[in-house]
Amino acid sequence: MQTRVPVRYPFVNLAEQATQLVLFVGDVGILLAQALGFVFRGRWEARETILQMALIGAQAVPMVVITSGFTGAVLALYSAKLMIEFGVGSLAGGAVALAMARELGPVVTGVVVAARSASAIAAEIGSMKVTEQVDALRALAVPPVQYLVVPRLIACLTMLPVLGALAFVVGTFGGYAVAVPIGVSSTAYLLGVRELVDTYDVFAGLLKTVVFGAIIALVGCRAGLRTEGGAAGVGRATTNSVVVAVLLIYVANFFLAYLLFGGR
Amino acid sequence: MSERPVVQTAVRVSDVWYGVDSRWVLQGVSLEVRTGEVFAIMGPSGCGKTTLLKLIGGLLKPQRGEIWIGDTEISRLSEAKLTPVRKRIGLVFQYAALFDSLTVYDNVAFGVRRHITRNEREVEQIVREKLALVGMSGTEHLYPAQLSGGMQKRVGLARALAMNPNIVLYDEPTAGLDPIMAETIDTLIVDTTRRLQVTALVVSHDLTSVFHIADRIAMLHEGRIVACGMPDEVRIDSHPIVRRFLQAGGVAPHTEVRRQDLSHDDLA
Repeated sequence: MQTRVPVRYPFVNLAEQATQLVLFVGDVGILLAQALGFVFRGRWEARETILQMALIGAQAVPMVVITSGFTGAVLALYSAKLMIEFGVGSLAGGAVALAMARELGPVVTGVVVAARSASAIAAEIGSMKVTEQVDALRALAVPPVQYLVVPRLIACLTMLPVLGALAFVVGTFGGYAVAVPIGVSSTAYLLGVRELVDTYDVFAGLLKTVVFGAIIALVGCRAGLRTEGGAAGVGRATTNSVVVAVLLIYVANFFLAYLLFGGR
Repeated sequence: MSERPVVQTAVRVSDVWYGVDSRWVLQGVSLEVRTGEVFAIMGPSGCGKTTLLKLIGGLLKPQRGEIWIGDTEISRLSEAKLTPVRKRIGLVFQYAALFDSLTVYDNVAFGVRRHITRNEREVEQIVREKLALVGMSGTEHLYPAQLSGGMQKRVGLARALAMNPNIVLYDEPTAGLDPIMAETIDTLIVDTTRRLQVTALVVSHDLTSVFHIADRIAMLHEGRIVACGMPDEVRIDSHPIVRRFLQAGGVAPHTEVRRQDLSHDDLA
């Protein structure tokens, strides 16, 4: 039997989507404001923050090393050959390092940590929500934002730049490991890095990772705190947190690139 | 705004309405819990008992009505202003809601470290004392996943009592427990209420438990209080819903009150 779809249906759906978007932005904004309020009043849990720094930062090192190393390597594989053909092989190191500093280092770090930690944050807080542990925090007069969101936000804001810096270094040397055997001299590669990459590129790239860190922490925490509906709800929150965090990282990356490097 | 309640009233709920998704869960609920008594709210699943308990605990806000904890009206208070009120209320959750990443010791110490003392010796003394009170000494190093449901509820009670509350709220304290463990929990509720001179508010659909422990009972049905009084009064209440509920739960008008039989010694 044929089902008749009302003409206004797509518009209703669109309106719902827009409402959801406004709610999401509002939620994340409130969460950020509340979390920063606790941070500036010095009301944050040192032990929990250090634990989160280890979970979000230290434990992500192997993944960041592998992904950024191979990203630098594949970048060199494509660019070094072409540059040698055009007689500018000495620029290969600079090209790889510049791409790693401005773009690939921050984005790879952001995406890897989003995949790993946004989901973990959402799953952990979501499980706490559905088992009333979040209510238990409130009943014990401990604000959930102070105990759950602030440590994760601080951990992401501090550890993402460290991981981003690591990604830049490892990616650049991943490129070196491929470019040199292809025919770029070791000295030319390193000189190219020094020539083309300046301090601003590195620090502006790291600034991007700070924004990505905020996105990961806030999206993960928001998804967790909004979880409803038992185990299935936790699953939905986990998936949504990764999807939304990765999408936002890409969108934010464009605007940050425009702001930070648009005139260069 | 109405007059402040007299001091002997620990909790006063006045014409409270609470709705979710265009449906009223509570419709004009009013009740008073006197200081030092065990007050039980019974009713079938989904009648709004837990919602009422969370409203009294300040975890939800009513759309209409007033909730007084002692001489403080809490229904319009911000989260920050609710903090001192929450320190006076202990909440024991239906499934204990212990923090599963923390040991039993750290669960009980959680509120103590943040609101009572940071001196670890004093924290340890309080934790050991409360765990002994609920018969859970020796489990300090265990994680919640290593405990049975009944043990988790006892640790949940120890955690609630560790903050020295004036009022303890129990959400379905005997749900999912075997009869022996249920009676142990009943005994604990009565015993801690007497020994620590706190007020206990219990929501439950376990009639045996309710008639064992309560000084007064209210029956909630579809978001409304349909009966309220001493156990003997409720037992002979003529409201058809109450009659049907009590008969289904095996509580006949002649059932004896056994609450006086319960004591701390039963825990052993």
